Amino acid sequence: MLPLNVRIGFFLAVRALRRASLWTTGLIIFVMILTFLNLVVVSGILVGLLQGAIDQTRVRFTSDVIVSALNDKSYIENSPNLIALIETFPEIEAITPRYREGGTLEANYKTRKDTDKPNTAVAQLVGVDPYKEQAVTHVADDIVEGSFIAPGDYDQVVLGHYLLKQYLPIESPAFTTLENVGIGTKIRMKVGDVTREVTVKGIIKSKVDEIALRVFMVDSQFRSMIGRNDGNVTEISIKLKDGVDPIAVREKLERSGVDQYAKVQTYEDAQPQFLKDIIATFNMLGNVFSSLGLIVATITIFIVIFINAITRRKFIGILKGIGIDGRAIEFSYVFQSIFYAAIGSGIGLALVYGFLVPFFAAHPIDFPFSDGILVAPLNQTFFRVGLLVVSTVIAGYIPAWMIIRRNTLDSILGRN
Amino acid sequence: MVKTTQLVKTFKNGDVYTPVLKGIDFEAREGEWLAIMGRSGAGKSTFLYQMSLLDDPTSGEIVIDGHNTHTMSAAEKMRFRLSKFGFVFQDYALLPELTALENVSLPLLMQGHSRADAYKIAIPALERAGLSHRVGNLPSQLSGGEQQRVSIVRAVAHQPKILFADEPTANLDNDSSKKIMDIFSELHKAGQTIIMVTHEEQYARLAQRIVYLDDGKIVPEPRQTL
Repeated sequence: MLPLNVRIGFFLAVRALRRASLWTTGLIIFVMILTFLNLVVVSGILVGLLQGAIDQTRVRFTSDVIVSALNDKSYIENSPNLIALIETFPEIEAITPRYREGGTLEANYKTRKDTDKPNTAVAQLVGVDPYKEQAVTHVADDIVEGSFIAPGDYDQVVLGHYLLKQYLPIESPAFTTLENVGIGTKIRMKVGDVTREVTVKGIIKSKVDEIALRVFMVDSQFRSMIGRNDGNVTEISIKLKDGVDPIAVREKLERSGVDQYAKVQTYEDAQPQFLKDIIATFNMLGNVFSSLGLIVATITIFIVIFINAITRRKFIGILKGIGIDGRAIEFSYVFQSIFYAAIGSGIGLALVYGFLVPFFAAHPIDFPFSDGILVAPLNQTFFRVGLLVVSTVIAGYIPAWMIIRRNTLDSILGRN
Repeated sequence: MVKTTQLVKTFKNGDVYTPVLKGIDFEAREGEWLAIMGRSGAGKSTFLYQMSLLDDPTSGEIVIDGHNTHTMSAAEKMRFRLSKFGFVFQDYALLPELTALENVSLPLLMQGHSRADAYKIAIPALERAGLSHRVGNLPSQLSGGEQQRVSIVRAVAHQPKILFADEPTANLDNDSSKKIMDIFSELHKAGQTIIMVTHEEQYARLAQRIVYLDDGKIVPEPRQTL
């Protein structure tokens, strides 16, 4: 059985809310909804900008787990055995081994005069099995011109869009791009001392830098170009079955001794440190904005409840006069505050998870470095709901307490 | 039932002290219907507020039903008011968001009655006051007379020892005032102690005894100026 004051407070609160002006109630709830959205959406968008980049990198590049060459090696030793081992894991859905070397591209060399500066670009040249690559990263989905390479393609490549001036029109002495290159254009590709003329088959436009700066070629062709016939690859992206924890697979690989001759990272491990720092900064900024929103909401509710309590001061005096405990009256205001916060948060939750999150997932915000989504983890959202309710309750309680402690007769007679 | 000894109330406004009650010795007996009269500013309402513990006297003693109220805390006074007093105010003082039934039930609920029990007491009480058709109405849907009747029912539903009434007919027309006084008469016949402030002599004369107040003191009979 609830204490008497709580029951009386609830009795009074329900009737006050039921018979309050719809406009006033609506306005307060509207403020609560806006506050909730401010708390959740602002920080969610900030984090979502980076989460979009992280998701893209995971989907298009690293996949769930990436095994790559040690820092002092240019390839993973004993790769065929490693690949065979990985393929025995039941958690694995697909893998794509890649050969990778730094190289240069040159275009317009046939029309260039001897005095002209060569039109070159530095790129990461990658040899892949097109089917395996597509099975893991679906990278071909980002083709904007032409098509992706197929297993039988001979001397054909797909270029990342950062390598082409029409997609990245910047003039920098430290970073050059290829001009007048499109589908069917022949370019020179140089790795070490080997140069080969290849034809551009497709162009990929990706917000993942690693992809946008790459040149894709069929692995068998690339192997012959770099002269690697031992089957040792540079990196292996591993896609896991749904629900499999990447950390568990990383640890399993480490227990198998893979970490002795390769770097084993989950997609999170593989994030660059600067990205982790930016996430932390954006989280902090989001918390600052949320805190400001919370303070504004608290003050708003305080003012609303204070005005409400002031205008009802006479009735508060009457309640006390006829013997209603001041704590019951305080509870009534606390319940009203909880109602406003709960309804505002409830509608806000429905808006966020029923509309905004799916909307931004379907229509991401187009930022240069990512497709921004709305990140709203349930645990953080409910933590913020809790904060909102607590601050609203405090904001509702204080003015009620201030009015109730005044002299009963002064309240009844409206004396100051 | 109610006894005051050398009751003094002085209001302070900055450096200005205004004595309103100047040492009142008074006694009301159980079951008595008592009217307090006096000209405007004589201290009638202030006297009522001191006796009903809505305000604290500057000095003097108030003993109610054998309890010296001087030593009571604010919380004890509040519980005392709830258990022993009923109030009828000049402007009815009903809570606007509560129906007539809910207004009447509120003190009963505060006394610990369940809602069903409170309604079982409140509904017949409202019916006896001729308000059976107004049970579910909000105060804004009632006439002044009806509101005051609801106010009286609220004041007596929990069977208080003393009913305090401050100018209960001041805002009402003659018909409504007469109905209110009829209810008071019935309550008095049933043994209810009533202390009523009024400036209307015709209604004061319905009481058993009239106490005249003038310039903060009880006087034996009205002056010419009354």
